[in-house]
Amino acid sequence: MTDRALLSVEEVLVDLPTPRGNLRAVDRVNLTVGAGQTLGVVGESGCGKTMLSRAILQLLPKKAKLQGRVMFDGQDLVSLDRESLRKLRGRSLAVVFQDPMTSLNPVLTIGTQLIETLQEHLELDLAAARKRSVELLAAVGIPAPDQRLTQYPHQLSGGMRQRVAIAIALSCEPKLLIADEPTTALDVTIQAQILDLLAREQRRRHMAMILITHDLGVVAGRTDEVAVMYAGRVVERAPTPALFKKMRMPYTEALLAAIPKLDAAPHTVLPAISGRPPDPTRPIKGCSFSPRCRYAVARCHGEKPELTEAETPAHQYACFHPIEMPVAVPA
Amino acid sequence: MMLQSSPADPLLKVENLVVEYNVGGKTVHAVSSVSLDIARGETLGLVGESGCGKSTLGRAVLQLRHAQSGKVLFDGNDLTAMRGDALRKMRQRVQLIFQDPIASLNPRRRIGDIVAEPLVISGVKDPEKRKQMVSDVLSAVGLDPGLVMGRLPHEFSGGQCQRICIARALVLNPDFIICDEPVSALDVSIRAQILNLLEEMKARYGLTLLFIAHDLAVVKAVSDRVAVMYLGRLCEVGPSEQLFARPAHPYTALLIEAIPVPDPDMRPAEAVAVGEPPSPIAPPSGCRFRTRCPRADAKCSTEVPELRAVAPGQYAACHHPLI
Ligand SMILES: Nc1ncnc2c1ncn2[C@@H]1O[C@H](COP(=O)(O)OP(=O)(O)OP(=O)(O)O)[C@@H](O)[C@H]1O
Ligand SMILES: Nc1ncnc2c1ncn2[C@@H]1O[C@H](COP(=O)(O)OP(=O)(O)O)[C@@H](O)[C@H]1O
Ligand code: SF4
Ligand code: SF4
Ligand SMILES: [Mg+2]
Ligand SMILES: [Mg+2]
Repeated sequence: MTDRALLSVEEVLVDLPTPRGNLRAVDRVNLTVGAGQTLGVVGESGCGKTMLSRAILQLLPKKAKLQGRVMFDGQDLVSLDRESLRKLRGRSLAVVFQDPMTSLNPVLTIGTQLIETLQEHLELDLAAARKRSVELLAAVGIPAPDQRLTQYPHQLSGGMRQRVAIAIALSCEPKLLIADEPTTALDVTIQAQILDLLAREQRRRHMAMILITHDLGVVAGRTDEVAVMYAGRVVERAPTPALFKKMRMPYTEALLAAIPKLDAAPHTVLPAISGRPPDPTRPIKGCSFSPRCRYAVARCHGEKPELTEAETPAHQYACFHPIEMPVAVPA
Repeated sequence: MMLQSSPADPLLKVENLVVEYNVGGKTVHAVSSVSLDIARGETLGLVGESGCGKSTLGRAVLQLRHAQSGKVLFDGNDLTAMRGDALRKMRQRVQLIFQDPIASLNPRRRIGDIVAEPLVISGVKDPEKRKQMVSDVLSAVGLDPGLVMGRLPHEFSGGQCQRICIARALVLNPDFIICDEPVSALDVSIRAQILNLLEEMKARYGLTLLFIAHDLAVVKAVSDRVAVMYLGRLCEVGPSEQLFARPAHPYTALLIEAIPVPDPDMRPAEAVAVGEPPSPIAPPSGCRFRTRCPRADAKCSTEVPELRAVAPGQYAACHHPLI
């Protein structure tokens, strides 16, 4: 699997100095994504999802310290020079952020931004770049695309802006798209449309994708593999069907249980997870989830569980007392 | 128009409420002739996409927004006609909880003072009594009064700040609370804690709730009835279970379809929604949903659909309802 991987993240560790002390945002993460595959990364806010994606893109804050390797398409991005990285990021490695304004320039029209990207990376002439831009905007579901070219980002709704950001990200036919909570800021109806759009383009282009979200519901029907993160670490990793059929890590189970279900009767008490995630500047000696875990025993408080293989090598979990019973999947 | 769904003993009755904003000489039709009732002890959920007028409706009920026309009857009194002291007294019985818990707390004041503020405003003069009341309500929402009273908001997480906001809303022992997206900014694990807390507090303090959200599963978890809003108008209202099992309005059906389900066998239906909501500055004629509705026909562009009974207790504003 590893030799055919398009992306392989190896022992990646991100440390951030803060006034409260060192903050380990990403703690020895290993991941692989094959060509054309979709990996879902799930976890609550602050668990390190964005820092992990920035570590892959080599877009970490200046003060951050990165260890480990990020092998992409045969080269280690960590040791690549800035110019090569810049070329790569516009071309074969693209990103869509939660807030589309992060990737859009507020003072340039949509057209200028698309056309410039296409001209720079694909060396198209103006007329060809313009034609491609219109096609791309149409492909991401923007009505009257030729008229939109002259509009500025602030003249569009949040959903439209995210579509434009996706059009720009897709413009150079990347091999890997990292989508960091691309729909968290949007309404459910728009969210469904954007996720469909990403899935369709991903299939059509045979592009690999990392879909980052805090919602297990979002990854369920849309990814091949899922990695669940907690306190900077991957705590469970499995092919999506296997994960939902038989989750082994108590945190994954608790996260799924805490989501209100449409088929539950009103006023049903929700199985909430007590407490909150640990302060990342105050690392916990044992399992990071132990203060909140209902299965925790003495060993969990003193020792950190490593990622271990379940029945299949593809399913891994970090827990001393994995859940044995198959979890009933709610409809 | 009177809603036939009127519960026998409504605590809140909103009649033909119209709220408009003026933006650069243009009129934003934020709430257009909305009528609804909430029974004593009931939780009414209010759902709809961003910008459809949910918060505006909530603020107009509280008289924090001036309504162009319509009535807001609270316990039989028309709040829109009340002024000064009388209004202030009545408003003590109605509280509001916001979406962004951290932003709604004054960063420079201590938690004890923040929660005591409604008591000061309402004229509870004895500081010892105030302290006791604050301490009681903080314990009720699951915080240790001794530990939190002296601290500042930035020392707390989003979930804890929402507990503090809930304590502040409860301290005057109100009858009615408008919860405007109280869990939208919170993580999944914390969200469940706060939803459970709201349910507990509702029972303990005998509250009636208007619960605003855009997440249908969240709304269903706490609501007896649900009202669906689209571009300033009410589309459908009915008992929660019934509405989710058999939606009558095409927009309700669309919202339900769009919810991501945590089950990999349920491949999401592709292209559920067609386009985005139009601008509330120039809402479509007739039915406002017609530009996105798969069932729209000529009648939908000329005639405004009125709310009509489609099933016991369930009402939909649609010329061609699904049931
Ligand atoms: N102070 C204001 N001035 C002008 N227009 C406003 C103002 N507040 C809201 N609006 C507009 O009124 C409409 C209804 O807004 P409202 O905030 O009530 O929606 P909402 O349903 O609460 O949305 P959200 O889910 O985003 O909170 C929107 O078009 C909004 O842009
Ligand atoms: N620029 C930064 N400087 C210092 N700490 C940061 C910075 N950005 C994020 N963090 C911290 O790193 C941890 C992981 O953050 P992040 O990757 O953004 O989480 P997520 O995307 O999962 O919500 C958090 O504790 C967060 O507060
Ligand atoms: S290692 Fe222990 S504390 Fe951690 S998840 Fe497993 S049972 Fe819970
Ligand atoms: S009235 Fe017409 S446009 Fe409106 S929801 Fe019903 S069918 Fe659709
Ligand atoms: Mg993030
Ligand atoms: Mg609002």
